[in-house]
Amino acid sequence: MTASSAPDAVSGTAAASLPGRPWLLAAMAVGLLAMMLVALCAGRLSIPPVTALRIVAAQLLPGGLDADWSSLQERIVLLVRLPRVLMAAACGAGLALCGAALQGVFRNPLVSPHILGVSSGASLGGAVAILLGLSGAALVGLSFVAGCAALLLVGLLARIDGRSGVVTVVLTGVVVSALFSALVSMAQFVADPDSSLPAIVFWLMGSFAASGWRQTLLAVPVILAGLLAIWAMRFRINLLSLGEDDARMLGVRVERDRWLIFAAVALVEATVVAFSGVIGWVGLVVPHFARLLVGSDHRILIPASALMGAAYLLLIDTIARTATTAEIPLGVLTAIVGAPIFALLLRRRQKQEMGE
Amino acid sequence: MSRLEIRLEDAGVRRGERWIFRHLGLALSAGRCLAVLGPNGRGKTTLIRALAGLLPLAEGRRQAPAAIGYVSQSIGDTVPYRCLDVVVMGRARRIGLFGAPGRADYRAAEEALAQVDGLRFAERPFSRLSGGERQIVMLARALVTGADLLILDEPASALDLANQALLLKVIERLRRDGRHAILFSTHLPQHALCVADEALLMMGVEEHLQGPADAVMTEANLARLYGIPIHRTRVAGRVEAVVPVFLPAEHGPGPHRP
Repeated sequence: MTASSAPDAVSGTAAASLPGRPWLLAAMAVGLLAMMLVALCAGRLSIPPVTALRIVAAQLLPGGLDADWSSLQERIVLLVRLPRVLMAAACGAGLALCGAALQGVFRNPLVSPHILGVSSGASLGGAVAILLGLSGAALVGLSFVAGCAALLLVGLLARIDGRSGVVTVVLTGVVVSALFSALVSMAQFVADPDSSLPAIVFWLMGSFAASGWRQTLLAVPVILAGLLAIWAMRFRINLLSLGEDDARMLGVRVERDRWLIFAAVALVEATVVAFSGVIGWVGLVVPHFARLLVGSDHRILIPASALMGAAYLLLIDTIARTATTAEIPLGVLTAIVGAPIFALLLRRRQKQEMGE
Repeated sequence: MSRLEIRLEDAGVRRGERWIFRHLGLALSAGRCLAVLGPNGRGKTTLIRALAGLLPLAEGRRQAPAAIGYVSQSIGDTVPYRCLDVVVMGRARRIGLFGAPGRADYRAAEEALAQVDGLRFAERPFSRLSGGERQIVMLARALVTGADLLILDEPASALDLANQALLLKVIERLRRDGRHAILFSTHLPQHALCVADEALLMMGVEEHLQGPADAVMTEANLARLYGIPIHRTRVAGRVEAVVPVFLPAEHGPGPHRP
């Protein structure tokens, strides 16, 4: 078939090579591990890195190491900081990866995981749970269910004649978000100003302070499952990012694949909100940063976003619990750090585009 | 008679109350090439999209294979990927929901790029190419799908003369292999004369002239289609040329009428 046109030029030059710079992924993974170590060591009682490493290593190979640390140090590292570190990393990875996936599917770099209404739904669920005096598993469960219900509602409303365009989905997400936000305000309005109101407010602002092993072991596997599903569909996201017509002509079942990704995003997002409140900006800012470093191909952007998101939220959480004597709410910090960074990124991009 | 690839019967597409076209029928089998001609706004792209299955018919029937190699007219500036990665997406049907293209897919993509003389674009970002270069890459993507039916919406609209010659060569090669049916729209009647077996002239909403390209594309029909005098002539004794007669002075003050 190709006989007439330079068959010798075909012999696999860059065939099958991943576009972008895959070695950056390795660098990011190392960076994440370093950030995890920093987070384990930093705190009111700071622990030398070697000691922290030895404490963790002793758990992995029992009997292999002599315990030259205090039991207080051990308890802080293993019972307080390690589960929190894992939780923060998983949530950061989840939010950033979902942001990258949705920005691809919606072909819009200003989309964040909150666009589907899931976080507002989960917020409402959590607020209502606190209002009813529920806590722990009931709070998490109600929040999770409400988050997924929000996506279902968006899906039902956006479907016209069995199809739903991306713009319709975005607008419906905005509408559902607005409705649920109003209901959250309603919940705050009727809440007891001495007890449940502050509880709702602080829960909504986001924190990993309550993350012990019980929460971490419940949340992290669910988040990882969602992440894995989206990562597996990384090439599909490339296809979907071409736009509806192109993707359809290439044989993609656009509608089905899109909603599969939305469902995975909802799973991750609802879990994150249920366990740690609403943490904004991570899903918006981190994918942009990742795109600057590794390019737009989702086969590499997706894992890069996850690694960077994990390190970023860990950094934020470490600052949140060490900067002052009281913990700063995460949602506040991510916005304070994220908004200026995002503004800079936008300016840089604009400059680049005008320079071309 | 070779295998039938695509057929429209008494087809019509409507936007609101207005019919874009009606009572249109066509059939194309493997080894054949059909050119669609018509002035701006006559519904060429609408017809192409209906043929591709992207627009539902308001009436009539369409019969077409599931896999179609398709080159659209609007190719986004927003595609940020490397050209080779754009072409390899043509293999999507062979790659599962959770899969990613492998070595064989990339080899096929490079072969397709080589077929259209586009290997030099392989490593460049698609969004940085010129309109004509994008059309070439998109043609490679249509080829790599392996589809027997190719539907091309004005594939030559941004091509320079050398690349027009290349496009025609590629179409002719595909036509001759006997496996492909090619359907393209164009504003250049000469392209139709050069490679198409049949031509479809969209004269009006319900009037469509159809037949062997050479027979249907008479000077009179073409002049009626476009509203200006058009001559057919032989160049160098064998090449058929279609020469539109532009007479700017008769039509208004300047040469740049809209």
